[in-house]
Amino acid sequence: MGLRDTLFGRTKQVAPNLDNLFALPTAALTLESELDLVSSGQAGLCFKSGSGESTLTTDEDIKQLLDFDQTNNKVTLTTDDLGFKWLVVTDPDFEALVTRIHAADTSMVEHGLGPRLLCAVFGFVAKTPPGEGSVRMVYLMKQGTFYPFAPTGPSQRDNELELRVKSFLGTDLPIEKDLARWMALWNLPVS
Amino acid sequence: MAKTKIEADHGLNVRMFVTGLALVALYAIIVSVMLSLGVSTVLVIVIAGALIFSQYFFSDKIAMFAMHAHEVTPQQEPKLHEIVDRLCLLADMAKPRVGVSEMDMPNAFATGRNPNHAVICATRGLMSRLNDEELEAVLAHELSHVAHRDVAVMTIASGVGMLAGLVSRIAMFGAMFGGGGRGRGGQNIVILEMITMLVSIVIYVIAFLLTMALSRYRELAADRSGAILIGKPSVLASALVHVTGDMGKIPRTDLRKTEGMNAFFFAPALAGGTAANLFSSHPSLEKRLDALNKLEKELNG
Repeated sequence: MGLRDTLFGRTKQVAPNLDNLFALPTAALTLESELDLVSSGQAGLCFKSGSGESTLTTDEDIKQLLDFDQTNNKVTLTTDDLGFKWLVVTDPDFEALVTRIHAADTSMVEHGLGPRLLCAVFGFVAKTPPGEGSVRMVYLMKQGTFYPFAPTGPSQRDNELELRVKSFLGTDLPIEKDLARWMALWNLPVS
Repeated sequence: MAKTKIEADHGLNVRMFVTGLALVALYAIIVSVMLSLGVSTVLVIVIAGALIFSQYFFSDKIAMFAMHAHEVTPQQEPKLHEIVDRLCLLADMAKPRVGVSEMDMPNAFATGRNPNHAVICATRGLMSRLNDEELEAVLAHELSHVAHRDVAVMTIASGVGMLAGLVSRIAMFGAMFGGGGRGRGGQNIVILEMITMLVSIVIYVIAFLLTMALSRYRELAADRSGAILIGKPSVLASALVHVTGDMGKIPRTDLRKTEGMNAFFFAPALAGGTAANLFSSHPSLEKRLDALNKLEKELNG
């Protein structure tokens, strides 16, 4: 923030950083070889719906913006308990999943909704269940960093597994270094 | 301490004694420095005494306030009370008051000027991260602090450091206001006070480092007694792994609830080094785990 923003008490909205998303397919290979984790075929984009600055106030508007194929039930739009919107995409092809999420991100940024984007989430499950449990890779839009989230209950998470994921993916992905920012996403609609 | 059924670790006792001795030696140096200052001595002692006394006397209230903790009844937290009840019976000590802090940071503390005015407190973050057995181990560690009267010991130790700090501050004021325009004698007084100030700053730093060293030994002693009390050092070790180091930093808070703060998080985590170890009040995780491992072997052997 500049001096004038500080003087007048204004915050600049932070633009999202989408570039690092494409590092994920390589990381997915590492996850499979090292931890036997494969894509669950689901990914989600979480954003806060606002009012005012844009015409996009209803789900219909958002669907139109994101080029929703009404007949395509692979893509759903839901609102969670905390009032955040989730665009959930299902596709067995992991690269297509990443591309789809990136495209949705890009079109939201183009329509001035970039600052509303919170995170993207990619689901990973054990190749041979039960395995070691499932992990979500969370991508923080504003920071451009990833972190693993492995919930094991309504408010429990498997920190050991998360730290193992970090140790294996450290070179493939920009992993969020500040562990205090590995926030939970309880009850998220992406499996 | 006599009441609790805990064997001593002699090496630890020797190290604690040496640290304490060094602190007393420092105290003597400080007193001589203060005497060379003259009139302000009485004032210094009164102020420092009052501060140390209030820190000691209200330690439970200060700690509870700083941690946003509140006392809980057995009805509100039956599990926590039950664990403390059982441990107090095992160690044959008076049951302290029990408190809970709503913070997500995993932590527990015990404070109070003596075992009869003690309070033991755990954060929500601690209770959500640990299973019952591990929680019991952490509470046993905290109860050992109560049994060892660590609040009294650490208050006395850090009081010395505070005294040194006060002396250096008063010397600084003397150098700033006392010296100016007093003719020929003024020059010498300024130099004398500058030296006094430097000496007390050095003393303050050394006292601080020694206090931290003593604190780390007290932590190891509490680890040991706590582990012996529950009879399973490995459980305390597992609890430590879950709450200190990297795992303790990973939050339970939901990303969506903190989304407004995201823009303000900029500072990356500081890389830990040897300096951090020298200045920290707790021993490193590796040291604590090593000590517990050794104890586990001793108990089994």
